[in-house]
Order: sequence, then structure tokens, then C-alpha cells
Amino acid sequence: MPAARYSIFSLLRNAATYHREWQAAWRSPDPKPAYDVIIVGGGGHGLATAYYLAKEHRISNVAVLEKGWLGGGNTGRNTTIVRSNYLWDESAHLYEHSLKLWESLSQELNFNVMFSPRGVLNLAHNLHDLRELQRRVNAIRLNGIDSEILTTAQVKAMVPILNCSPNIRYPVLGASLQRRGGVARHDAVAWGFARGADALGVDIIQNCEVTGIRREGDRVVGVETTRGFIGAAKIGCVAAGHSSVLASMAGLRLPIESHPLQALVSEPIKPILHTVVMSAAVHVYVSQSDKGELVIGAGIDAFNSYAQRGSLPIIEEIMASACVLFPMFSRLKMLRSWAGIVDVCPDASPIISGTPVKGLYFNCGWGTGGFKATPGSGWVFAHTLAQDRPHPLNAAFSLERFTSGALIDEHGAAAVAH
Amino acid sequence: MSEQSHRLDAAAAPGRIDRGHPLRFVFNGRGYEGFAGDTLASALIANGVHLVGRSFKYHRPRGIVGSGSEEPNALVQLRTGERTEPNVRATQAELFDGLIASSQNCWPSVGFDLGAINDMASRILPAGFYYKTFMWPPSAWMFYEGLIRRAAGLGRAPDDPDPDRYEKRFAHCDVLVVGAGPAGLAAALAAARAGARVVLCDEQAEMGGQLLAHPRGVGAVIDGRPALDWASAALGELASNKDVTLLPRTTCFGYYDHNALALAERVADHVAKPRQFQPRQRLWKLRARRVVLATGAIERPLVFRDNDRPGIMLAGSAAAYGMRYGAAVGRRVLVFTNNDSAYRAALALFDAGVGIAGIVDLRPAASGKPVEDARARGIEVLAGWALTATDGPSKVRAALAMQLDEAGAGVQGPIRRIECDAIAMSGGWNPAVHLYSQARGKLRYDGAQGIFLPGRTEQALAVAGSCNGAWSLGACLAEGAAAGAAAAEAAGFTAASAPAPAAAEENDSPARLLWVVPSDRPLGEGGKHFVDFQNDVTAADIGLAVREGYKSVEHLKRYTTSGMGTDQGKLGNVHALGILAEVTAAEPGAVGTTTFRPPYTPVGFGTLAGRDVGALADPVRTTAMHGWHVAAGAVFEDVGQWKRPHYYPRPGESLHDAVNREVKAARTGVGILDASTLGKIDIQGPDAAEFLNRIYTNAWTKLEIGRARYGFMCREDGMVFDDGVTTRLAAGHFHMTTTTGGAARVLSWLEEWAQTEWPELRVYMTSVTEQWAVAAIAGPHARALLAKVGTGIDLDAKAFPFMAMREGNVAGIPARVFRISFTGELSYEINVPARYGMALWQALMAAGAEFGITPYGTEAMHVLRAEKGFVIVGQDTDGTVTPIDLGMDWIVSKAKDFIGKRSLSRADTARGDRKQLVGLLTDDPRVVLPEGGQIVAELKPEPPMAMLGHVTSSYFSANLDRSIALALVRNGRQRIGAALHVPLADRNIRVKVVEPKFIDPEGRRQDG
Repeated sequence: MPAARYSIFSLLRNAATYHREWQAAWRSPDPKPAYDVIIVGGGGHGLATAYYLAKEHRISNVAVLEKGWLGGGNTGRNTTIVRSNYLWDESAHLYEHSLKLWESLSQELNFNVMFSPRGVLNLAHNLHDLRELQRRVNAIRLNGIDSEILTTAQVKAMVPILNCSPNIRYPVLGASLQRRGGVARHDAVAWGFARGADALGVDIIQNCEVTGIRREGDRVVGVETTRGFIGAAKIGCVAAGHSSVLASMAGLRLPIESHPLQALVSEPIKPILHTVVMSAAVHVYVSQSDKGELVIGAGIDAFNSYAQRGSLPIIEEIMASACVLFPMFSRLKMLRSWAGIVDVCPDASPIISGTPVKGLYFNCGWGTGGFKATPGSGWVFAHTLAQDRPHPLNAAFSLERFTSGALIDEHGAAAVAH
Repeated sequence: MSEQSHRLDAAAAPGRIDRGHPLRFVFNGRGYEGFAGDTLASALIANGVHLVGRSFKYHRPRGIVGSGSEEPNALVQLRTGERTEPNVRATQAELFDGLIASSQNCWPSVGFDLGAINDMASRILPAGFYYKTFMWPPSAWMFYEGLIRRAAGLGRAPDDPDPDRYEKRFAHCDVLVVGAGPAGLAAALAAARAGARVVLCDEQAEMGGQLLAHPRGVGAVIDGRPALDWASAALGELASNKDVTLLPRTTCFGYYDHNALALAERVADHVAKPRQFQPRQRLWKLRARRVVLATGAIERPLVFRDNDRPGIMLAGSAAAYGMRYGAAVGRRVLVFTNNDSAYRAALALFDAGVGIAGIVDLRPAASGKPVEDARARGIEVLAGWALTATDGPSKVRAALAMQLDEAGAGVQGPIRRIECDAIAMSGGWNPAVHLYSQARGKLRYDGAQGIFLPGRTEQALAVAGSCNGAWSLGACLAEGAAAGAAAAEAAGFTAASAPAPAAAEENDSPARLLWVVPSDRPLGEGGKHFVDFQNDVTAADIGLAVREGYKSVEHLKRYTTSGMGTDQGKLGNVHALGILAEVTAAEPGAVGTTTFRPPYTPVGFGTLAGRDVGALADPVRTTAMHGWHVAAGAVFEDVGQWKRPHYYPRPGESLHDAVNREVKAARTGVGILDASTLGKIDIQGPDAAEFLNRIYTNAWTKLEIGRARYGFMCREDGMVFDDGVTTRLAAGHFHMTTTTGGAARVLSWLEEWAQTEWPELRVYMTSVTEQWAVAAIAGPHARALLAKVGTGIDLDAKAFPFMAMREGNVAGIPARVFRISFTGELSYEINVPARYGMALWQALMAAGAEFGITPYGTEAMHVLRAEKGFVIVGQDTDGTVTPIDLGMDWIVSKAKDFIGKRSLSRADTARGDRKQLVGLLTDDPRVVLPEGGQIVAELKPEPPMAMLGHVTSSYFSANLDRSIALALVRNGRQRIGAALHVPLADRNIRVKVVEPKFIDPEGRRQDG
């Protein structure tokens, strides 16, 4: 069933019939007894995987199983920042591939995901920060990715409301800037990929929780779900926040810790911040949404949890940091705060990999920064599932690296200290 | 100044205002007058002003809908200048003399707003239209987005920093009662009488809740006396109880795990500005043994065609403006309802002298006492009728009514036009279960009433009053008293069994649930049925979302933005769920609710930040000698929280001039460094040596007393985590030093291992960083200087060898003197109790004058150690470097186990071609490499280029009269002697790889 194309013309046409003729963005079929591939997890990464399986690898006998609603996990809970300014080659190439997909994703999906390359600034507040910034910017540039250093005066010109006084506790000494970085509309990414995958024949099944992974010998044969057994020779698990729970169903133990990560928005105000501003030392990252809300990311709560709620002290800290860097924020108001569960690997890099169980694959461990990778993650995971071997872009992100020691330590690149 | 055209007669509607205390205020540039006790909203209504703002999306004219924190429309920009605040609900802004407010989100004015063009185009702007367009041409999104951004947003942020201050308070109590209406007052009384420590908070300025404003409360009788007298007696009793804290103007906005609650107290928002030293707001962080939620209920609107005109408001709020504020919402008020409560509102208004144009009731067989009372007053009741449209240039001036069909799905018969200047609507009442849900309480759907009620909860809380679905005053009082007594009992007190305050029970006739009131046109075709006023979400939008598959409540919310405004859907959410359920033919209970999240109402950033801003953002740590450094003109750098002298410029000296001088002095005379910031941990216990043996990569059990050893600690993955010198003071007593920035991290690390992994080890740690001040003297004259100030220690090189510690009296001060060296020179680190730090420093400076003693800062320290090839953990390492990568195989024990050992033998970690520490020399000795420069073997005209590693440390060495650098380079040990390149944005620098030791590779200088 080809989906009707979205455009200003289709909007006008449908206005004539009071928008009564719009069709569902995706079907809601009952699960078939078996599929070629089952994707567990209907977030952005899982839906992107299904989309690229169908689009790039012509495998459309695919089901995406979601225990709740599409995009209800970290896809709908993040601060929507997209960038590729990573230190190590392996990460830079993966995230840059993703960024390139972002740049044409609205057209690719015929769904406006509102990717807005309004620039991402990372502030430096001490000499150590500056050194690290130089190192990072040089590395990113030599990987062929845009990256530059700004002086304090240039930062001030770009973000006039930022407190660049030399007299604050940790003055802004400079910043790195990735102009191609920015933000996107998080829900739209899930919906756009869902609609795109559905149009290519993928079955998207919500309210279907996987309760077990059935193995025969050393390979998987399907999943037990709240809607019965569904067979598949290949299962891709993309369930951030619950990856280790799924892994244990197959008798695997992942090198993952799960923590709550909080974020919040202010009430909407007229535009005052046109760029994404991130600071690791004065811990805060903030952008302003098209609706006018300031979108602010907090740090992780130190405790392990699967419950999607955090504690107040983390919010207090982030608010103090925000007011330090933007003193005029003080009289604005927090409208809504929430938490997602992040799966953190020891090296703060993801796992996109097969496992010792044949036919079982995991895409997980994105920690605090998986949203930006959504299209790229799906693209390489689709390749991995289809070909039963990783694409060169994700070869380094294997599960084996925790045995071999070939870690990709990106603690410095994460916006949030792990 | 205009007179208060809509103020009611004081005899008929005295209200809670002080008519003897007029206040002037300005709204949208025009002066008005109100009274003390007014809110901005009530004062505007008293002046006949209804048009207050514009809606978010369509910029439709909007008036005041509610009378409290549920208000979606009447958002104003309050105050001007540095104290301006956007998005303030006029219904909560207490009037003060000189108040200035203006409408938001409109241009050029609220009366004529060009943004209203969106309303004309609304037919092509249904829910989610932006996901379907703006995609062509691909590069144009940023352009479209710019237009959208300018049109969106509500109020404006201030331009200047906030001049006010905010405070925080921690508190504990036995019973927290949230909400000071009848149920809350009764609960607080019962708990307090049992002897419990009680906190009672209420978001309003005056406590009393519905007794102040609700038709059920005003004029009611409790325990035989007027309800307000009862309330003031109750408040008097509570106020005089020293164990009770009354917090008016305080919103309990967050309910976290284990009865941790967050309250925002608006201390000085009701005056022009706070008094000197008075906070504007205060954040209470409360831990309550038990909580009683008496948060009341919020009236819901009716979703009928064009239900958003200024003048259309909630019936209860219309009554509140009359009874509490003595202000008439209109002169001919039409009431539209599906339940009895709006009759009481109509009666109250009528009795206060407000004209009632009639009551339109969705119920075909309206009956019961309120109905009879209305008819008895001559008010026309149209039972089984519905409003099908409203009319007016902006404010409502008439409504059209038709008869409902039996199913409520359509209307029939003739259209009747009813002239009116306000419409008071009521779609029933929703219990305010927000906090209850935040506490993870489960909700249950009551299909008969169409409401969500508290169900089951795991937290130590109770719900009382209309929040619990108790609608009559008598029931509210009874539930409150019972909940308060039970909470006190649960907290360990004994409540006397006293009867609850008594009031009349009135039972209402059932309401008629109609999620959407039909009109004579199909839904979405002509006119709009608003569900969410602020975000302009209509019933048709919900239908569209469902058609397109956004059927989950969360999808519906996100796709339509229903419930995502600053009111967070306090009015519209349940209607949205009801319509969703209707369209999908499900039960609202099965559809579920979206998650209730903190805060209940928006909370100021400044309130949450408290005092941790400006200079107090993070503590500043300074050493005992800090004052001396300041006086000496040192330039400081931030290292963690510490202020450390970066260098000590003399007049006219640049950083490099000063550093060149400082490093030369340390190699030729004597230099002095304030090393107090190094982390210091005192480790004691019979198993201390064994503990260190497991923590450090080298062996510790055989270290002699009085001797020191340098050590690395690795993480489990074998990567260097921290380093430092640790000294054995006694058999079971060690003094550990760590990096300055790593001190807290290391102590946590040690504690984690000691407590969770090796609980069998008898070892105890405490931080002594602050207890010791440290002066490090380095250079050929260091021993002579020490001898001169006097130590009581045999300083002979054999008696006090390198890597030893001696205790003595340095310049008369009890000291531990460590002969260790981070410069490669003869060096002593003199530790004295911190209170003597300044005296020690001054004595050394005075005695050192003859040797040309030179204080040096962190920059010179970095150069001196780099000349020797000593690494700085965190600069020359980054968590991916093993001790072996640093060329320090000698420090890694082969014989014993330690944290990280197994990882060092992993396939990748044991590779011989990992990134390794090397030295780099530029071809041109004047050129100093930038730290962070990336290194390549092969230069290409432009990126990408394959990188081998990076420059970790780079300086000009005055002692060598050339630049030097340290670097991590892939397979670096094998590249010694090779040429590599450092490509920068503007130039390329050629370098030679060398051993990472530039001065005194044999280490002879440290013996002096």
C-alpha cells in the first residue's frame, strides 16, 4: 500500500475535504507467524533498521515489535541534538555517516523531521578544556568533518545572551563549533521511519512486548511475546534502556549499566537562542525548540534503574549551571521534566554487533547520545543483519571489543559525564 | 484611570478584597484601578477587560477562562526591565500598586494582531501539518523554520540578569498536607491535634480553598457557624501551634520517591520587589513521613463550537470572581452546563446582582434542588439543549442554542439566539490527581462521572476531599479529618477520636457526559471545538490524529500538542482522552492517561538554582599560601575547584617571559611551588599495605617505613587512572598523594573497592588534602635552603636519601619532609599543618633570598616535568593509555595481582604497536607545537588524513633553548628517529620522534 505523498499540495487538496481523507501513517497489522527478521524495539533506531533493511537490502518480511508506543523510549525523551564531532576515527566515521543521512532525511522519508543545522558549540572553561578542544577539533578536521575553534569574542558574537564575562566562576575561554550540527524533531524521526518502513512492507506492531527469546541449540528461532510466539531466524534487539533485560532472555550478559538521564523544557518564549550550546565543565546543554521552549539536558542519576524517573537534585544542578551561563534564564520557568533510561557501556561507545548466539544481534549501549546516530545506526545495523557481518563503519563496535580490549573510549565526547 | 465598571456592590458581594485599599496598575499601557486582595485577572474583570492574550498557533483573541493555576489563556508579561517575567497567569498574579503587565504573542497589539492570519489559513494548518510540508526545496527548511520560530514562543525573556535571590530550605515533617481547602484544613487540624509536626501548604495567597470562592463553600455552615469563621478559627489554631508550619503561596510541585517532595514558595512575588535580603522565592525540599493530598478538583470546560471567545469561562471561576473578588464577569451571563455545580454558580452570581441570561443544560431531565432554585428565581432553564455556536466581534455577545437529540450526537429544531456578554460553562470537575500520579499512584476511571480517581499507591500517602472524588463539603471535611488522623497515627502519634467538622451533605444529580457538544455542522467544518485552548487543539484535530494512526495517548499528545502548553492540559486533557476513546470506540479507562510529571505548575529556573549561581556556582578552594600568591601578582588557573598560580609575572613580563625565568631558576638556583592542592589520603589499618598492593600496579608490601614510592593505579580495563607518591609512615599507616583534579575520584575509588569488593581488608581512608600545606622546593640550592631554615633532620644525601620521608621542624614548624621530585632536581616537598602553611612559605622565601629563590607556577612545573619526560595523568593520558604505553613497564608487577592486570594481557591491550609515549622535536627549535595537534606520517593536500596520535604536552624549554613536546604515537617506540608531520588548519609542522627525556636522562640531578 503506497502511502500518499505529503506536500503542500496534498495539504491543500485534503483541506477541501476537511482532512477526512488522510490515511494512517502506518498500518497496524496482526503479527504473522514468522518473519525473516524481527526487530525488537520500535524506537528511532529500530524503525530505521527496518526501513533500511527494506530499502537497501530488499528484506521487507520484517516485523518491528514495540512493547508500548513507537518512539516512547529514548527517541521521545532526548534533547534532539545531532552532531558528528567525535574524537576517535571509528566514532567520527559512524556519526558523520549518520549526519549525512540526516541532511536529506526529510526528503528521503517524505516526512519533515525538521533537521535544523543551527550549529553546535562546545564551550571550554579551563586550560585543560582548551587543550582537549584543540585535540578534538584537529582530529575531526583531519577526518574530513567540519569543525572549528572560536575565541571567546566569537562565541559572544554568536550567542549574545551567553555570559562571557571573565569574572564568572568558570569563564568561557573558547569553544569548538560544528556548523553542520543542530537539532531535529525527535518524534517525527520515529514516525517518519515507521511510515517509510510500513510503505515498504514492514509490519509495525505496537503493544507487543517480547517476553522471551526462543533458541534451538546455538541459534535463535523466534520470540515469545504478549501476542504469542513469532518466528524469525534473525532477531535484532534495539531496546535502549532494556537491552540487558533482553540479553538475559537469551542467556547473555552485556557490559551495560542502566541509569536514568533527565531532561527538561522551559515554558515557550520568543527566540533567544539560535545555536546548541554545550558545556561539559559547567554541566549544561541547551537549545531552543521551534516552539520556543528551552530544551535542557541534565546529568545522569548515579543509581541504576529501569524506572523512567530521576531525582530533584540533578535538576537543581542543571538549573544552576544554566543560570550561571545564561543569567537571564533565572526568571524563566521549568515546564516539564522527565527521564529516560540510558544503557552505558564502559567505553561510552555503542555495541552494534552479532552475539555468540547465531541469528541474534544487538544494537545498544548508546549511553546518553544515541539520538544523533538514529539513521546511521539503523543503516549499519540493517547491513549487519542482512549480510550477517558488520559494515566497515560498525566493525569496531563489536561485542568482542570488551574481550579484546579494543575499546573506543568516548567519555570525553559524551555531552554527559558517564 | 477608569472606574471599576464591573465591580459588584459591596453589600451583595463583599468578597475577600479590601475596597478601602485601592491599587493602581497598568495593562497594555492603560491605567486601571483594583483593590488589595485582587489578582490581576479579577482586577481586569472588575474593569470589564476580557481580551487578555492571543492563542499560540492561530493567534485567536482569548480571555480569562479560569481563576487559578489551571488558566490556559490569560498569560501576561509581568513587570518590565530586569524583573520582567513571561507567561505569568493573570489568575495567579496578585495585584500590587504599580503593577505593569502586557499581553504576549501579538503584534502590533492584542486587539489587532497580524498573526491572526494563521486563523484565516487554519484550514490548511491542521494538527501536524508541519510534518507534511516545508520539505521543498530541501535547503529551505531553515528559512521556513525561521518564520515558524518567530511566530511561536509566548512571552519574552528578560534581557538582563535576575537581580533577585533565591533560597532553599530542607525540612522534615510528620505530616505534609497539600492544599488548604476544607479537606486540607480538617486534615491538618486532626494531625496537629495528635501532636504531629505538620506542614500545610497551599498555592494561593489566602488559605481556605473552596470556602473562599466556591458556591458550595461560601455561605456554608460548618459546626453550626459560617464556614469562613470556622476556617479562620482553624487557621488560628494551626498558626499558634509551634509544630505547624503554614505555607501559603506555596505550590507543592514535585512528588519524588520515598516521600521526598518539592515546594516552591513565592515569598515576594506579590509585591513590586523583594525587600533587601529577602528572597524572591524559596525552594522547600521536604521529607514527609506521611502525606495527605487535598489538592481539590479542577473544573473542566465544555467542548462546543467556538468555545474560546473572550468572555467564555469556567462557571466555578465566574462564581469565584463574583464571590471572592466582587467582580462581575458580565452583566448578562449565560450558563452552559452538564451538571449541577454550574447552577450553584448561577445562583451565587444572581444573588450577587449579576444578570443571568439563562441556563442551558445538556441533560434533558434536569431536576433537583439547584434546578428548582434557579427556576424559582425566574432563571430560564433550557434542559436538553446545547450551545451550537457563539458570536461576537472578539468578545462573546451572543450564543446560538439548539435542542440535543436523544443520543447527544446531533442537534435539531429551531436555532435560538441568546444575547449575553459572558458564558459560564461547566463540563464537570476533574480531581487534581497530578501529585498523586507523580507519586506513582495508580488511577482508576469512573465511567459514570467520566473522571480519573486515585486508586492504589505504594507511597505513604492518603488522598482526601474532592481530589478523591468527595464533592460535598461535609464529605470533604470528613475525609480530611480522617486522613489527617490516620497520617498522624501512621507517623507514631495517637489521635483523639474527635468527630469531624460537620457540614451539610448535598448530593447532586448525575452529570451528562458529552465529550464533544455537537453543532449543526459536521465537526471540523466551520467553527472550532477547542479542547486545548493554549495550543489551539480542536476536537477535529484529535479525530485527524486518530485517522492517521496516532492513537496512543502519547502519540495523540505529541502529534496534536494537546496538553503540552504551560497549563500542561489541566483543563483539556481528560476531554482529549474522552474524545480519543470515543473515536476509537474504547473506554477512557483503557486508553489511559499520559504520564504526570513534575512540576505541577512551572517553577522558576532561579528557584531551582537557588544560591548556586554567580560567584557561588562552585566553591573556590585556595591554599594556605593563597594570599601570598595574590600579593605577588600571580596569575591563577582553575584546576578543578582550586585556584593555582599559573605563573608569577614581573612587571612587563609575558607568560613566556615569566615561565622561562621560573624554569631556569629551578634548574640553576632554587624554585618554590605551592603543591598544597595535590590530593592527600591518609590510609591506615593492618591490611593497608595489602590494599595498596591491589590498588597500585607495583609492589607495596615490602616498602620500608619512612620510604616513599611512586605508583600508578589503573582501572579494571588496565588504563592509567591516577598516579602519585605514597609513603609508609608506620607498618599500617600510609600517606597517599593523588593528582589535584583526581583527589575526590581516587578516594571514591578506594572506598568502593574497600567496601564492596574487599570488605575483608581492615583498611580505612580519610582525605587530608585540606589538612596539609605543601611547599615544594627544587633546585641545586634546595638542600642549602633547607639547612638554613633549620629542620632538625640529617639532610645528608645518605642519611636522607631520595624517595624517603623524615619528620622534623622546618623553620620551627612541625613538618613531614618528603625527598621526592617532579622536576628531576634535588627537591623536597615540605608538608606542614595547613595553619602553618603561610609561615612556612614566608620563612622559605626569606631564607631563600640569598639563593635567588623563585616561586614558580603550574606552567613552569609542567615545563620542568616535561623536560624530564614525567607524565601528567589526564594530559599525557586520557583513559586509553596503559603504564606500558607510557614506557613504564618497570612499574607493572609481574608477580602480584592488581586492578587492571588481567586486562593488560587482552589481545588488543597487549599489542606492541599501540599508541606510545614519545618525545617530539620540531625541525625549527623556535616553533612550539600546539597541544592537541594531530600527528600523521603522510601529509595530504587536504583531509582526510590517517592520524597516528596527538601532541599531549608542548612547551618552549628555556633550559634547552628550544621547543620540546610529548606525544602519544601509534607504534611510537619503533618510530624513534623518524620524521612525522603535524598538519594544522593554517600550516604543517615537521617533527622528529625522540626519546621522551630531554634533560638528565640518567637522573643524576635529583641527588643534588
